[in-house]
Amino acid sequence: MAEATDPPRETFRLSQLLYDARYRSMTIQVVAAILIMLLLVELVDNTVTNLAALGKDIRFGFLWSTAGYDINQQLIPFTSQDTHARAALVGILNTLVVAALGCILATIIGVLAGVLRLSSNWIVAKIMTFYVEAMRNTPLLIWILIVFAVMTEATPQPREFREGGSASMILWDSVAISNRGVYIPRPIWAEGSGFVVAVFVLSVIGIFVLRHIARKRQQDTGQILPVFRLSLALFFVPTLLAYFLMGRPVTLETPELGGFNFAGGLQIRNSFIALWLALSLYTSAFIAEIVRSGILAISKGQTEAAFALGIQPNRTMQLIILPQALRVIIPPLISQYLNLTKNSSLAIAVGYMDVRSTLGGITINQTGRELEGMLLLGIFYLITSLIISAVMNLYNSSVKLKER
Amino acid sequence: MNKKVFLGALTVAGLAAGASAAATIDDVKARGSLKCGSNEGLAGFAAPDANGVWQGFDVSLCRAIAAAVLGDAQAVEFVPLTSQTRFTALAAGEVDVLIRNSTWTFSRDTDLKLDFVGVNYYDGQGFMVRNDIGVSSAKELDGTTVCIQTGTTTELNLADFFRVNNISYEPVPVATNAEGQQQYLAGACDVYTTDISGLAATRATFENAGEHVILPEVVSKEPLGPAVRHGDSEWGDIVRWTLNALIAAEEYGVTSANVMELAAGPTTNPEINRLLGTEGELGAMIGLDKDWAVRAIAAVGNYGEVFERNIGEATPIGLARGLNAQWTEGGLLYAPPFR
Ligand SMILES: N[C@@H](CCC(=O)N[C@@H](CS)C(=O)NCC(=O)O)C(=O)O
Repeated sequence: MAEATDPPRETFRLSQLLYDARYRSMTIQVVAAILIMLLLVELVDNTVTNLAALGKDIRFGFLWSTAGYDINQQLIPFTSQDTHARAALVGILNTLVVAALGCILATIIGVLAGVLRLSSNWIVAKIMTFYVEAMRNTPLLIWILIVFAVMTEATPQPREFREGGSASMILWDSVAISNRGVYIPRPIWAEGSGFVVAVFVLSVIGIFVLRHIARKRQQDTGQILPVFRLSLALFFVPTLLAYFLMGRPVTLETPELGGFNFAGGLQIRNSFIALWLALSLYTSAFIAEIVRSGILAISKGQTEAAFALGIQPNRTMQLIILPQALRVIIPPLISQYLNLTKNSSLAIAVGYMDVRSTLGGITINQTGRELEGMLLLGIFYLITSLIISAVMNLYNSSVKLKER
Repeated sequence: MNKKVFLGALTVAGLAAGASAAATIDDVKARGSLKCGSNEGLAGFAAPDANGVWQGFDVSLCRAIAAAVLGDAQAVEFVPLTSQTRFTALAAGEVDVLIRNSTWTFSRDTDLKLDFVGVNYYDGQGFMVRNDIGVSSAKELDGTTVCIQTGTTTELNLADFFRVNNISYEPVPVATNAEGQQQYLAGACDVYTTDISGLAATRATFENAGEHVILPEVVSKEPLGPAVRHGDSEWGDIVRWTLNALIAAEEYGVTSANVMELAAGPTTNPEINRLLGTEGELGAMIGLDKDWAVRAIAAVGNYGEVFERNIGEATPIGLARGLNAQWTEGGLLYAPPFR
C-alpha cells in the first residue's frame, strides 16, 4: 500500500531571503530603505556638525530684523526699514503674480498653437510645428535673457520721449514703451467707484448663472439660448450704466515724462515682462503638445457620428470633443503649471525681485543664513505646488469620466 | 548594535571633516595650490588678461600669499564669485581666501563667521552718471533709476542714503558688474553705484569714458580687504602678515628689484632684516620658512608697486593713492611692527 507522501513541509531558512524569488525583492527593498535612511542621517549629521564647526547654528530670528534693502516691484508697501520677513512676503507675491499671469498666457498661447498645429492649412501647421520645436528645445534661461535683451536694447530710453526726441508714446499718448519698462495708464478710484466694481462683479456672477440656466433649459426643453450674446451684454451694459450713473468715478492717469523717468501711470518693468513672456512662451510649447495629443486622442469616429446626427461643427467641438479631450489634457497640464511656477525662480537672471531674489538671494546674503533661507524657500515652493495641484485636481475630477 | 557602530563611525567622520576644514594651511600645502576667491572680472582688480592669466590688484595679493606659502606665485587657482555667492563659497571651503573687493563690516566679521584680516584698499561708495543728464551732486538724483549689485554693502548704503536725504529712486538689481555695466550703458538706469574704485575701473573700459562722471559724494566707508574663515587663526595670520609684509616693504623701500640684494645679508635696518628673515625667526612663528616675505615681495613687488602697476595713475584706471598712501605720506596704510 502506497504511503501518502506528504509534500515536504516548508521550513524557512535564512538563505531564502537571498535565493528565493518570493523573498528576494523584499530583502532588497529593506536593505535599500536602511541605506537611504543612513544616508539621510549622515547628511543631516554632517550639516549640523559642519555648521557647528563654523560656529553657526540654525535660527530663524533673522526674519524679524531690518532688511535694509529696497525692492522695486512691490505689491504691498515696503521700505528698507521693514523686516526680512516682509521682504520675503513681497517676493512671494511677486512670484505668485508672475506665475499666475504666466499660467494664463501660456494656456492661451498653448491652446492656440496646439489647435493650429492640427490645422489643415499646411503653412499654419508647419509654422506652429516650428514654433513648438524651437521653444521646447532651447533652455528657458536663454529665452528669458533674449526677451530681456530685446526689451532693454531695442527700446528707447525715457529721455528720448522728450520734445524733439526720437520716440513717442502710442495709443493716443497713453502708453510708453521704454527700456525701463512699459508705462500704461493707471485707474484712479474716486468715490462711488466701489459701486461700479460691485456691479461688475455681480454681472460676472450673472454670466455664470446664465450659462447654468441655459444648460438646464437646453437639457429640459431642447431650446438653445444665445448664451454668447447675452453674456457679452451682461459683461458690458450694467457696468457701463453704473459708471455713467455714478458720474464717471473711475478715471485714468496717463504716464507722463517728469525728471528722469515717467511719472504717474503704472510701470510694468522689463524684468517682469521678460520673465513673464519667456515663461509663457516656453511653457506654451509644452501645453500645445498636450492639447494636440488630447484632441488626437479622441477618435475621428466621434466627430463623424456627431455630424451624422446633424450636430454643427462648433457644437461638436464644444459638446463632444472638448469634454473628452480635457480628460486627457488636464493631468499633464497640472505639471506644466507646476513647472512654470518653479521655473519662475530664474527671475534672478534679469533682476526680477521674486522670492528667490529677496529671501533666497539678498536676505541670505546679508544675514549669512543660507540653510534657513533655502529651507524656507523649499517649503514655500512645496506648499505652492501642492496648492496648485490640489486646485487643478479638483477641476480634473469635475471633468473626468463619471462612471454611473 | 551594528547600526550604532556605523553611526558612530559616521559621526567621527563628520567631526574629522569639520576639524580638517580648520587647518587651511595643510589643505593648501597638500593641494599644492591656493584657491583664491576673486571677481568675475573687474579691470585692474581681478581679470584674466589676453593670455588667460589673471592680473590685477587683488590678484597680486593672492599671488603673494601663494609665493609665501608654496614658493610659487603661479600656484593659484582663481575662483570667480559673484557678490551673492562669495561668502557662502568661503564658508563652505570652496576657496581658501576671499580677495574680492569685499568690505569689512561688523556683521560679516562676526555673524557671517568670517574674519577680515586687514585692508588692502580704503574705498567708499560713489555714483556714476552720464555728463549729459546734468547732475552735479548725488542729492539731485531724486526720481532716478539706479543699477546696483545685489548682495553688497552698496545696496544697503544706497537705501540709507536715499532715505536719509528723503529722495526717491528705483533700484535695478544686477548680479554682476558686467551686467550692471551693460544695463547702465544701455540707459536702463541713469546711475550706476558701487565702490568708487570699481566705478573707475568700470569706466576705464568704456568706449567714451569721458562722457561719464563720478559724482563728488562719497556716501560710505568701504574698507576692502581679504577675508578667511572664522576659527582658523593660523591661516588668518599668514594672510594678514603677507599683506602687512607688502605694505611694510613699501614703507622701508624694499622693492621687487632690490629685495634679493637686501635679503642676501643683514642690512643696517633691523626692521628690514626681520621682515626679510636675515634676523630673527618670524617666519617660523607663522609656520613658514624665513624667506616667506622675500618670495612674496619678489613675486609681485611691494604694495606701492602693486598699486601703480594695476590701478595707479599711469594705468587707464588712474586711481590716486589718496587714503591708500603710507601713513608717512598722509595715508592710512600702517603696517604693525615686524618684531
Ligand atoms: N564692497 C562692496 C561691493 C563689492 C562688489 O561687488 N564690487 C563690485 C564692483 S566694485 C565687483 O567687484 N564686481 C565684480 C563682479 O561682479 O565680478 C561689498 O563688499 O559688498
